[in-house]
Amino acid sequence: MTVFRGRGVGLVPLLFVIAFLAVLPAFGSHFFVEFVVTRALILGLVASTIVFLSAYGGMVSLAQLLAYGVAGFVIGNCVPRADNKGLKLGLNPWVAVVAALVITTFVALVLGALSSRTFGIYFLMLTLTYAVIGYYVFGQVATISGFGGITGLGPPAVFDGPLRLYYLALAFSALAFLGFRAIRRTPFGVAFEGIRDDPIRMASLGFHVPLHRALAFGLAGFVAAIAGVLNVWWNGQIDPNTVSINETIHLLIIAVIGGIGRLEGAWLGAVVYVAANNYLRDLPFADSIGLTEARFNTVVGLLVLAIVVLSPDGLTGLIGRAGKGARKRTGVVAGASSAPPSAELPTALPNRS
Amino acid sequence: MLASWRRRPLPTAVVVLPIAFAVGWVLFFASGTPSGAAIHEPGEFLVTLLDGITFAGLMFVVASGFTLIFGLMRTVNMAHGALFLLAAYIAIDLQQKMAGKTRNLEPKDVAITSWVIPMLVGAGVAAALGVVIQQVFLRWNQGQDLRQALITVAISVIVADQCLARFGGLAQRMIWPDTVTHFFEIFGKRYATSRLFMLGVALLVGALLWLWLNKTRMGLVIRADVNDQAMVRALGINITAVFAVTFFVGAFLAGMGGAMGASFAGVAPGADGQWLLNSLVVVIIGGLGSIKGAAAGSLLYGLVVAFSPAYLPTDYTFYAIILTFTLLAIVLAVRPYGLFGRPE
Repeated sequence: MTVFRGRGVGLVPLLFVIAFLAVLPAFGSHFFVEFVVTRALILGLVASTIVFLSAYGGMVSLAQLLAYGVAGFVIGNCVPRADNKGLKLGLNPWVAVVAALVITTFVALVLGALSSRTFGIYFLMLTLTYAVIGYYVFGQVATISGFGGITGLGPPAVFDGPLRLYYLALAFSALAFLGFRAIRRTPFGVAFEGIRDDPIRMASLGFHVPLHRALAFGLAGFVAAIAGVLNVWWNGQIDPNTVSINETIHLLIIAVIGGIGRLEGAWLGAVVYVAANNYLRDLPFADSIGLTEARFNTVVGLLVLAIVVLSPDGLTGLIGRAGKGARKRTGVVAGASSAPPSAELPTALPNRS
Repeated sequence: MLASWRRRPLPTAVVVLPIAFAVGWVLFFASGTPSGAAIHEPGEFLVTLLDGITFAGLMFVVASGFTLIFGLMRTVNMAHGALFLLAAYIAIDLQQKMAGKTRNLEPKDVAITSWVIPMLVGAGVAAALGVVIQQVFLRWNQGQDLRQALITVAISVIVADQCLARFGGLAQRMIWPDTVTHFFEIFGKRYATSRLFMLGVALLVGALLWLWLNKTRMGLVIRADVNDQAMVRALGINITAVFAVTFFVGAFLAGMGGAMGASFAGVAPGADGQWLLNSLVVVIIGGLGSIKGAAAGSLLYGLVVAFSPAYLPTDYTFYAIILTFTLLAIVLAVRPYGLFGRPE
């Protein structure tokens, strides 16, 4: 089985993108920066955990939005004092952040341990089940939320202000991107990729396969928790619909649009998704062919269908192939030609019969 | 049990102790719960038991279609819930047309035919759509399981959204036929005959599936193919037609479940995700690809769903959902591929 392992974007384009986003508030409109781009960065951050698990570990997880929601609900239960739903613990907001990260990581480790012996499509279904059960837990257990959710939450004073949240989301996105790439070069990362390619061989070499997978799941849960905290600060509220099956599927769709094999795809997919969500109605003639905002799901569904059928490695794969084609035509051979993009998604079971 | 205790003490304890505790609790100690201990309140116990078994019947119909498709083609049909939803809406629409009333439809307006025909039509449409999905989108990428799952995810998003556009966002209900809408008494409790009718339909489906898979030539091919796909092809059997028929049957079962579920509890947007979840839980417990597993999984899950709200202490009934997760966790800890499943 060939697995598409792109070398990813180089440092220069990356710095360029970060610098561009850093100065964006100077000329972008308030709505665009504080609503569209901030949301895309937060969604990209949580989608990047799907990509991390799937590209490096062959684990397509649908439980990442659940981790994001768990962190949000911990904040929602810890911070408010009275006149609210949930436990109303009235803790210091920074203690609440630590609690959110610790509890979410712990939950992710437990769920990861439970599913660490299932592979491929079984893993996908199991994590989807976690996600939906999580939705019902937050919906039905009125002590911690109930279907109405918890409102009136905000960031601590230091980060109060939409522009500050924007920079915070940008900083954590950059950190996560670089961090996930750095992990790949650690012994843990190498073993994790080995497990994706051949779990049986890694087990016979003495690696503890379920432990590596559970730990990676815990790490992804930790990063998703950061995104969840940002989301609750940015949104001001959290309710079970944040982690509903619909939203869970949409997060997977974000990762698929961008390309589930490459980290930068997570943010690219998030930008496309949020842009489609906000600007669909502005397209000329959109109304006349029935493309109203209410039919957003149909549009997104068609988009994903087209991508999965035509370019299973998503937009980043498409861009990568276009770049490669251009280099070939001009006669410049790419330095270290990485593994060729394959139509196969990186998660087919390596040991299928 | 003793032998398994000696061989694998920990997994056996993980299974036996919770079951023993649950049975003991329900029988003797559950006094502070909505239902009360079974020895004092046998009626409540029987009603809960029947609730569990009849709901399991409905889940079996839906989940057997899901597991049939997976067992043969290794395709995880994430659009299974969407087919359920579509068939339910079509059946409701047709029933209202046949009864000549769109509002306040009552059992006395519904002859047995104006339940059975809408059910078959709805399921037929779902089955036809299933075959189209299989022929257009899944035939050429056999074996790429994630890609197929993503394709069916996209289709389910589109179908569910179009259902919302066409049939609206309000909950709708199909009406059981007059002949089965009665009540009978067990230990002083009233119980609806329609739930037993639902169980009967499920048993009929189970029997027909068993006959089809075990007594016909096509069933033989399907079972052989589940075991060893390469060998079946090598023997010169044309598997393409078998794939299409299996997808038809699997989608038909989703649609049948849709009509039954619409009569049992009604449908609304979101029912697709809920029934995809039910199918997933059932097959994860029972083992993917096994009809026996679908039956066992539905029964276990149905019993947990029925018993947990009834027998948790009154202040804690909303924790019932956590017991579903506990069931799943126990099964996975002991058998990662489900009760009747096996590793690839």
